[in-house]
Amino acid sequence: MTLALFLQHIVNALSLGSLYALIAIGYTMVYGILRLINFAHGDIFMLGGYFAFYLVTTFFLPWWVAFIVAISITALLGIGLERIAYRPLRDSPKISVMISAIGASFLIENLATVIFGGRQKGFPIPAFFNKLLKFGSSRDPENVVTVVTISMIIPIVTAILLIILLWIVNKTKTGMAMRAVSTDLDAARLQAIDVDKTISITFGIGSLMAAIGGILWALKYPQLSPTMGIMPGLKCFIAAVLGGIGNIGGAVLGGFLLGFLEIMIIAFLPGLTGYRDAFAFIVLILVLLFKPSGLLGKNQVEKV
Amino acid sequence: MNKKTKTILTAGACVLAVAFIIIANNFFDNFTLRVFNLCAIYIILALSLNLLNGFTGIFSLGHAGFMAIGAYISALLTMSPAQKAVNFYLEPIVPWLANIQIPFLPALLFAGCGAALFAFIIGLPVLRLHDDYLAIASLGFAEIIRVIITNTQNITNGALGLKGLPKYSSTYAVWGCAVLAIIFMVALINSAFGRSLKAVRDNEIAAQAMGIDIAHIKTVSFVISGFMAGIGGALLGHLMQTIDPKMFVFSLTYNILLIVVLGGNGSITGSIIASVVVTVCMELLRFLDGPLNLIFIKTDGLPGLRMVVFSLLLMIVVIYRQRGLMGTNEFSWDYLSKIGLVPRIKNGKEKM
Repeated sequence: MTLALFLQHIVNALSLGSLYALIAIGYTMVYGILRLINFAHGDIFMLGGYFAFYLVTTFFLPWWVAFIVAISITALLGIGLERIAYRPLRDSPKISVMISAIGASFLIENLATVIFGGRQKGFPIPAFFNKLLKFGSSRDPENVVTVVTISMIIPIVTAILLIILLWIVNKTKTGMAMRAVSTDLDAARLQAIDVDKTISITFGIGSLMAAIGGILWALKYPQLSPTMGIMPGLKCFIAAVLGGIGNIGGAVLGGFLLGFLEIMIIAFLPGLTGYRDAFAFIVLILVLLFKPSGLLGKNQVEKV
Repeated sequence: MNKKTKTILTAGACVLAVAFIIIANNFFDNFTLRVFNLCAIYIILALSLNLLNGFTGIFSLGHAGFMAIGAYISALLTMSPAQKAVNFYLEPIVPWLANIQIPFLPALLFAGCGAALFAFIIGLPVLRLHDDYLAIASLGFAEIIRVIITNTQNITNGALGLKGLPKYSSTYAVWGCAVLAIIFMVALINSAFGRSLKAVRDNEIAAQAMGIDIAHIKTVSFVISGFMAGIGGALLGHLMQTIDPKMFVFSLTYNILLIVVLGGNGSITGSIIASVVVTVCMELLRFLDGPLNLIFIKTDGLPGLRMVVFSLLLMIVVIYRQRGLMGTNEFSWDYLSKIGLVPRIKNGKEKM
C-alpha cells in the first residue's frame, strides 16, 4: 500500500468516524439522562436527510437555508417523539419503554415509506461540497491524494459542534441541569430543576446532531431510503457503548474508533468486505464482556 | 363449574379444533390455507419469544437469527441434490452438503437443535447482560448470523438464497407442531421450572435468595426458545419454499414482538389469539397498500401503510394498555362462564 493510498483511507475513516460521532452523541446524551436506548434515533437521522432533500428539490430553497430549516424541523420532531412515546412511560418497567422505542422506530420508518416512497432517492449535492481537492505532486499520479470537499467539511463541522456542545453541557445553566438530571432525576427535581424541560432540551440537541449527521451523510453517500437509518443507528449506539455510555467525549472517541476500524479492516483485509456490518456488533459484544462501562465510562455498581 | 364439566368442554373444544383443521385443509382455497398455516407458524414463534420476554423477563431481539439457522439447516438437509445443483450456479456447493437428503422430520429436529445450540453459545455472553444491553447484543448476534449467511456462498448460496424447498409444511405438519408447542408451553409454565422462570422475571435477587440458579434457568429458557424458533423458521422456509438472508432482518423479530405485546407479555392464550388475529389482519389489510378509494381520499397505492397501522397499534397498546389483550391471564372455562360466553351449568352445590 502506498502512502498516498493510506492517507486516502485515513481521510475516509476520519469523515466516517465524525459522522458516527455526531450520531453517537445523541444516543449517549439520551441514555445518560433516561437510561433508555432511543431506538428511533437512527430514524431521526434519516428524517434529517429527507427533509433537506425535499426542501431543496421541491421548495427550491438555497441549500444552506434548506439545511437549517431541515435541522430545526428534525430537532422539533425529536422533542415531539419524547413527548409522545417516552414521557407517558417514564415510570413504567424498562421493557415497556424499550418496546415503545422500537415501536416508534418502526412507525417512523413505515410512515417514511408511505410518505417518501420506498424507492431510493439521489440526494442533490451542491457543487460546493463536491469539489475535488488534490494533494501531492501533480507529476507523479501515484502520490496524489484526492479528497472531496465534503470529506474535509465533515470532521470540521463535527469538531465545531463538539466544542459548542461541551460548552453548553459544562458551562451553562442548562448544561448543569442536564448533568444534575442525569445523576439523579428525583434529586434534581427536588432542586427545582424542570426535569421535563431538561429532557426535552436533551432530545432536541440529540436530534439536532442526528439531523446534521443525516444531511452530512446524504452529502457523502447520496442515497436516501427510509431504512437508511437502521444500520448507522445501531453502529452509533455501539460507538456510544464503546466510548462509555453517558459520556460525550466517549461517544466521539467511540465513533472515531469504529469508523477507523471499519475502513482499515476493509483496506488491509479486502476479503472481509462482506462482513463489514458485523464488525461493529463483534466490537459491541467484546466491549460488553470485557469492559461494560466502556473506554471512558465510570464503573457503576448496580443499585438494588 | 366442576371438573367433569370442564373436561367435557375441553374435549369438545379439542374435537372442534381438529375438525376445523381438517375442514380447512380440505375446503380452503390455496391462499386462505397458506394464511391459516402461517398462523400456526406464528403461534410457535410467538410462544417461543413469549417464553423469553413474558415468562423469563429476558428481552431478547435475536429471534430472526434463530429462525434463519433453523430455516437454512432444514432447507439444506431436505433439498434434493439436483435442486441444490440448480440453486448453486454462482459457486458450487461444498461437497459434504451436495448429496445429503434426509426426510422432513429428522431435518426439522436438526433445525431445532442447530438453533438451540446457537442459542446456547450466544447465551453464554448475552445472558450475562441486562435489559437494553441484552436486547442490543442479541440483536447484534442475529445480524452477525445474517451477514455470515450472506457471505458463505458455497454453503448457503449467499444473497441469492435458496429456491424450490420441498413443500413439507402441510396443514397437518404445521398445526401439529403448533399444538405440540402449545401443550409443551402449558406444561412447562405450570411446572416447577415454570414457576422458577416467573420468579426470575419478577425479582432476580429474591429468586436467587430462594436458591434458584438464575444463570441455569435463563440458559435453559434461552435454549428452549431457540429450539422453538428454529423449528418455526424451518416450517416458514418450507411454507414459503424460498428463503434468502433478507427475509431474516430485524423486522421479522419485530413482527413476532408485536404479536407477543399485543397478546400480552406472559400469556400463552394471548400469544395464540394475537398470532391468529395479527396474521389474518396482515393479509386482510393488504388492500391498504394498494390503491385506495375512500370517496374523499383517493390514493394510488401506498406500500407500507399496513405496517403503519400495526406500528400505531403497538404504540397505543404500549402506552395505554401495557398488559395487552390478556395481560398475564390465561384462558379458563371459569372466566368464560363468568362473562356468560359459555352457558352456566348448575350442578349441585357448585356456585357460579
